[in-house]
Amino acid sequence: MRRSALRVFYDGAGLLIFVVMIFPIYWMVTTALKPGKEILSLDPYWFPAPVTFENFTSAMQVPFFWNDVVNSLTVVLSVVGISIVISFLAAVAVARFGFRGRTAFIVMVIGVQMVPLNALVIPIYLLLDSVGQVDSLLGVIAYYLAVLLPFMVWTLRGFVHNIPIDLEEAAMVDGASRVGAFMRIVFPLVAPGLVATAIFGFIQAWNEYIIAYVLLSSSSKQTLTIWLASFTTQHGTDWGGLMAGATLTSLPVVVFFLLVQRRVTGGLTAGAVKG
Amino acid sequence: MVARKGLPYALIAPATVVILGVLGWPLLDLLYLSTQHYGLRELFQHQGQFVGLQNFANILADPQFKYVVEVTLIFTAANIVLSMTLATIIALLMERVSSFVRVLLGAGLVFVWATPVIPAIDLWQWMFDYEFGVINWLLTRIGAGNYIHHNWFENPVQGFTVITVVVVWGAIPFLALTLHAGLTQVPRELIEAAQIDGARAWQIFRNVTLPTLKPLLLVLLSLSTIWDFQVFNQVWVMLNQRPNENYYVISVFSFQESFRVSQFGLGSAVAVVMVAILMIISFFYVRQTVRSINEAGA
Repeated sequence: MRRSALRVFYDGAGLLIFVVMIFPIYWMVTTALKPGKEILSLDPYWFPAPVTFENFTSAMQVPFFWNDVVNSLTVVLSVVGISIVISFLAAVAVARFGFRGRTAFIVMVIGVQMVPLNALVIPIYLLLDSVGQVDSLLGVIAYYLAVLLPFMVWTLRGFVHNIPIDLEEAAMVDGASRVGAFMRIVFPLVAPGLVATAIFGFIQAWNEYIIAYVLLSSSSKQTLTIWLASFTTQHGTDWGGLMAGATLTSLPVVVFFLLVQRRVTGGLTAGAVKG
Repeated sequence: MVARKGLPYALIAPATVVILGVLGWPLLDLLYLSTQHYGLRELFQHQGQFVGLQNFANILADPQFKYVVEVTLIFTAANIVLSMTLATIIALLMERVSSFVRVLLGAGLVFVWATPVIPAIDLWQWMFDYEFGVINWLLTRIGAGNYIHHNWFENPVQGFTVITVVVVWGAIPFLALTLHAGLTQVPRELIEAAQIDGARAWQIFRNVTLPTLKPLLLVLLSLSTIWDFQVFNQVWVMLNQRPNENYYVISVFSFQESFRVSQFGLGSAVAVVMVAILMIISFFYVRQTVRSINEAGA
């Protein structure tokens, strides 16, 4: 009897925490779906009735929305495309070979992730300014590349490491060359990990704020995270539009994150789990 | 595996070049800039004036910097303590609820985790809006006082409370889910044996669960410290990119010195202090991670 009462208490507490955690997201999405008079109401409307998409259509008509979608995609796709190749090469080296300087390389890869971007943005700005590359997507791409690489090397190392080396060696005993064994045995096995890492890189680059904020000053060159500020003016904030914009910006990230979360997020705590 | 000698070096070369070129070089440049007088005039000439350690002497003598450091330490500590404690409670709770609630709570946490930080800040800004914010309505309704047209950011203590809520809300999912995964590694037999021996729940937590979780807790603690110490976006976006001086945590202070008042040398000196502190905090985390990799033999 006491046991089941305790169970009910725990379940109740769990449900309460669920509601508190998820409510902000619910509120963002439902606000985006409400007509203006339900948003600007002193007593909140808990459900949007009627559901309207006018906030979404007006958000998409905000100047430079499509422009900034294209900018975000350009930056993110180039960064992910280049970094996945470079980081895979390095991950193979770290996971498969022992060599002098390997520990130094690992220390660099982990340590560099701890350096705060808002400290580096000062020299980056001055460097790019002196070569006339401020307000250009190219500068942002180069910078994001370096931000994503350490994380991607680290995650991919885990994936490559988990493929038993015996498989490769068996293929080589059967007459495959080293490259052949790698391409035919290891690569197919590691491909899902590559996709997951690429998607996670996509998310990180898509969400980045401070570099884009400092480097991209003209509206036509900005990315979506910066574009969100355009709903706030001196006259106040267009909450419906902002929530619609926030929902739109989050949507691809949330979908992608749900796909890869289980595969990718273990790397950060790799040091604490018995390998 | 025996390798041709050059191969691993060829494989890591592109990554090394990019990381050192795009992160390492600016890091050195930051150090160099911190010894320069670098104002607007220097910005146009692309050339600073060497002043030695004068910038550091200036910020250390600056009462505002003292305020910044104090606020940053309190704010960081509050974020760490709250997010770690709440995450631990949630992780322990997840072990005790019915499987339906566990799945639901897990899914909710993943959704929060997935939400990008800038939209998340925007939505909290809306919830704490002074006029139509749902939180002011709720607090007034449950009788916590009159919060109608209450502006949370007039008083920096209240403002930082709101920002802490945003930071902690965003930090909980990763911490709680990682801890929950860690808890499932605690050997069942040990807990059962302790129960048979008549140990109380608290004793089991202290003497069985906690020691097993210790390495994981330490790593999460150092990651939280690293992240919470450099919080920038939450302050910056929450206050519409115009935080007043009460809201200068160290990252914001360094940014404002550089980009608002164009004292890039001073801003760099503040940033160097920030990086130096972070390096010390990171040391444990990096050492632990590298050690585990080398022990695992790959």
